[in-house]
Amino acid sequence: MSTNGMSSWAVDLKDVAAVYPFQGTEFIMFIIGLAFWIWWHVAQMRMEKEEIHHEMDADASGKKAKEAIDRY
Amino acid sequence: MGSNIDAITTVFTEFYYWVTVVFMFLIHVGFCIYEVAASRRRNHLHTLMKNTMVIPLVTVTFFFFGWWIYFAFPHGPFIFEGKGLDFAAAEGARPWSQNMGTNISDRINGVFWAAFLLFSWTAASIVSGAVIERIRSGAFWILAVIIGSFTWIIDAAWGWHWDGWMVKLLGYHDAYASGVIHAIAGGFALGVLLVLGPRLGKFTADGTPRDIPPHNVWMVTVGLFLIYTGFWGFYAACNVPIISPEAIGGQITGTTWTATNIYLAPTTLSAITFNFLMSLSGGLMVAYIVSKGDAFWTYSGGLAGIITASAGNDLYHPIQAMLIAGVGAWAAYKLHFWVERKFKIDDAVGAVAVHGYAGFIGLVICGFMLWGQPSSPYEGYATINPIGQFIGALIMFGLLGFLPAWIVSKILNGMGLLRIPRKVELEGLDFETNQDYEAALADVIAAENALVK
Repeated sequence: MSTNGMSSWAVDLKDVAAVYPFQGTEFIMFIIGLAFWIWWHVAQMRMEKEEIHHEMDADASGKKAKEAIDRY
Repeated sequence: MGSNIDAITTVFTEFYYWVTVVFMFLIHVGFCIYEVAASRRRNHLHTLMKNTMVIPLVTVTFFFFGWWIYFAFPHGPFIFEGKGLDFAAAEGARPWSQNMGTNISDRINGVFWAAFLLFSWTAASIVSGAVIERIRSGAFWILAVIIGSFTWIIDAAWGWHWDGWMVKLLGYHDAYASGVIHAIAGGFALGVLLVLGPRLGKFTADGTPRDIPPHNVWMVTVGLFLIYTGFWGFYAACNVPIISPEAIGGQITGTTWTATNIYLAPTTLSAITFNFLMSLSGGLMVAYIVSKGDAFWTYSGGLAGIITASAGNDLYHPIQAMLIAGVGAWAAYKLHFWVERKFKIDDAVGAVAVHGYAGFIGLVICGFMLWGQPSSPYEGYATINPIGQFIGALIMFGLLGFLPAWIVSKILNGMGLLRIPRKVELEGLDFETNQDYEAALADVIAAENALVK
């Protein structure tokens, strides 16, 4: 028993189609993939929000910001 | 070439490998840019030359003996059925063979040799980044030849060859070199680093690691972008582009020609295109989050992602490749900093993690994902399995990577040849060159000013 149903390559390749593992779970994989993608946006936005908070708290005098502008 | 179809197949194969070599050249360009950008200004030229000279040194030694090893060592020697070196199979790879030169009846040997050679450069180049700013170039070049023309090609003969003993006995599967290039190079780098020690100032008195930032993060990422680009050629070079069923010993029946992996088992360029891009994406996405958007580690995580999925990227589904890559990128990032804190290892570019740990983990994951699948089209080979993959990972990372590097580094260190003196490290490897440069500038500026009326 193998994860893609192939136990030997001694076959006629015209009779072979998909060879990836766990065939039949494509839709579940798609759902997991979608969840991963959505998780990424959520995690990224949380991270960015935190980063912006830090930026807002930094350099209250504006001196370093002026230096950054001067540096272009 | 007996017929026109044979001629087209042969010339296509010749051209195919030639193109992969050109693409793979970009890996070395990328590594040079990346390494120089990661080093501090006072070490630039030495850092560049250290990696540049890998090209000629590994090339000539790979011509002299590396290529011969690939064909002579598949049985160990004396690991599989007591068989020794395969002198007959290696005849055409002897440096004095007529096949190792312009030869109208052999159009493949040169391009196939070069494809493997570019892998050799990559293996050495991976190590190069980890040891910047304190290794002697002479010591590094000896180590580069050892991994580039000796140990990596032994592992290729064992586990990346249709007749290799690891494939036969362990069912070892490593289609795009998670282990045979990356785990070995990562293990090798770790072996050198353990003897070499950290850069001055890397750790505080209480052992807390300091960040030594790259002098130019943007150039680091350009280097990694180029490595990604070259990786396309690397992936293509791991395939046999077109082969008839008869050429695979009649094991595959029917009349359908196919592309195969290095084990002569069928795959497609389409498969690896899907999986390369999805694993790059999975690695980048996870690395971005885990590193909190750090450019150096996000790019490195993209690479770690591809490397983790590479062992099985001939057979994975693209979503599987993406998720596996995400696991590898996360693990590489976490392990790098854990090892740095715990063992005081100063890996300047994270090469041990990105290549070594990700490659190791990728091999083990592959054993589970492809469990029970045939490792070869030939009869009598073990099927792919987690234990075989784990043993294979230990062989790549530990036996052929870490161990020889540690031994040779110990010898070089004992002879006082491994590390530059403290004074030179502090003033920078380019100190004298830079002094000469400044003096030349002052001289020519003064001379030209004197000519102004």
